[in-house]
Amino acid sequence: MSDHIVSAFTDELDKLAADILRMGGIVETMILDACSAVNKNDVELAREVVARDPQVDKLEADVERQIVSLIARRQPMAHDLRAVFSALKVVGELERVGDLSKNIAKRAQRLDENVGPSMRKGIYRMASPVSRQLNMVLDAYATGNASAAKAVWEGDDDIDQHYNSLFREMLTYMIEDPRTIGAGAHMLFMAKNLERIGDHCTNIAEFVYFQATGEYLLSTDRPKTPQIDG
Amino acid sequence: METTITESRETLTAGTSMDETQGLTYPRIECKNINVSYGDKQAIFDISLPIPDRSVTALIGPSGCGKSTFLRCLNRMNDTIESCKVTGEIIMDGENINDPDIDPVLLRSRVGMVFQKPNPFPKSIFDNIAYGPRIHGLAETREDLDEMVEKSLRRAGLWEEVKDRLSSPGNSLSGGQQQRLCIARAIAVRPEVILMDEPCSALDPVATARIEELIDELRKRYCIVIVTHSMQQAARVSQRTAFFHLGELVEMGETDQIFTNPRERRTEDYITGRFG
Ligand SMILES: Nc1ncnc2c1ncn2[C@@H]1O[C@H](COP(=O)(O)OP(=O)(O)OP(=O)(O)O)[C@@H](O)[C@H]1O
Ligand SMILES: [Mg+2]
Repeated sequence: MSDHIVSAFTDELDKLAADILRMGGIVETMILDACSAVNKNDVELAREVVARDPQVDKLEADVERQIVSLIARRQPMAHDLRAVFSALKVVGELERVGDLSKNIAKRAQRLDENVGPSMRKGIYRMASPVSRQLNMVLDAYATGNASAAKAVWEGDDDIDQHYNSLFREMLTYMIEDPRTIGAGAHMLFMAKNLERIGDHCTNIAEFVYFQATGEYLLSTDRPKTPQIDG
Repeated sequence: METTITESRETLTAGTSMDETQGLTYPRIECKNINVSYGDKQAIFDISLPIPDRSVTALIGPSGCGKSTFLRCLNRMNDTIESCKVTGEIIMDGENINDPDIDPVLLRSRVGMVFQKPNPFPKSIFDNIAYGPRIHGLAETREDLDEMVEKSLRRAGLWEEVKDRLSSPGNSLSGGQQQRLCIARAIAVRPEVILMDEPCSALDPVATARIEELIDELRKRYCIVIVTHSMQQAARVSQRTAFFHLGELVEMGETDQIFTNPRERRTEDYITGRFG
């Protein structure tokens, strides 16, 4: 897209996108680090992840302020309007992803250190496709690529299937050895958080798609595996 | 040709179906292949455009793209410009208004016009409004005339402000009041169509809001076409928007669609303030 006649308008939209991508980058590492802390029983890393969350909240507030001011001063139209709308929505989704990652990190700190590596590994394995979804949708956001956004949107079904199998795996551990029930419950919540992060990526994909095309993706058209926890 | 009209009617119906003004969604005016030249310089290129009734159609586009020229076709105001030549059909009520048999004076009583600069006649407020009904013989008695003046001023949202000073000169009013006086004058002759060429460009935000409120009220009754340079105003007051560029109609659609998701790159560049 060519530049605005008022060049400061282009600069402001660019800054908005840059801030959102920066926020997305922080949140992405929060997911990976939180799950890696679970995997390696690294309480220090978990604490660090929790400490990153206020930074995310601050970025959110800052982006929101930019958006309100931009709407008041520039009254964006057409693609600009969609970009501002989508920025406002995406920033909210990212903040939620930050919260969910923080929650995983908090649980990582509370996890009994005797929980075995095979149980820990399950969460870590699920983190990688989830963070990849986020990474890909942020790429789609950065480049305004509607088909890349749609691919992420369709990819959420894999996350759901991953969640279902992890859920079964945890149940098996808990049935086999009731002493793992406490840890298993934490693990189930962590898996659920990852699954919900996947949903937030799907939402972001919808906004990126709308921003790029002006059309809405309909959730009814999305491939969907029923979830094991109802 | 016939299919184009049918299609445009369908889109019109689709476009206004959500509106509270039900029923009359057929085009009030059907413009077909309009070309306009000033001497040997062509200003409008083959524009076809249906204009729906009981709604507001906004014409937008960069300066010099032919909005005013096109608007003036709709009441044959271009007749008054020596060098100006108009071809094509403009169908209103089954008649081509460009037909030589059509009396332009009578036509202008059916198609009222409000200009950028308020232009009250150098007469009293009362006479500004009464002038049209008098020359068109719309009022039988003095009472009829009084009633018409009051009704028009009320409809234009000006009555309360001027009812005690009807004999003061029209140009003693503020700019915004004068503009509403001109709108009252335009509607006094019971037009079917009201054309407005940048009616708010000389007004402050409060006066502008009053006019916009009035336009919204008037659209329940009239077919309104407004030229405006304010994208926000077009977005606020109109149901359909047409984008003109270099004398061509680039895109026409529901106002929401034009401002959230225009189909044409030229429209996008213009409304978002980009270099074309
Ligand atoms: N009376 C005239 N004689 C000769 N050329 C004219 C006349 N009126 C308009 N034009 C030309 O026709 C073209 C369209 O002018 P028009 O006034 O319709 O544009 P517009 O879209 O209303 O512009 P603006 O937004 O500045 O009012 C321009 O190139 C203009 O110079
Ligand atoms: Mg003009």
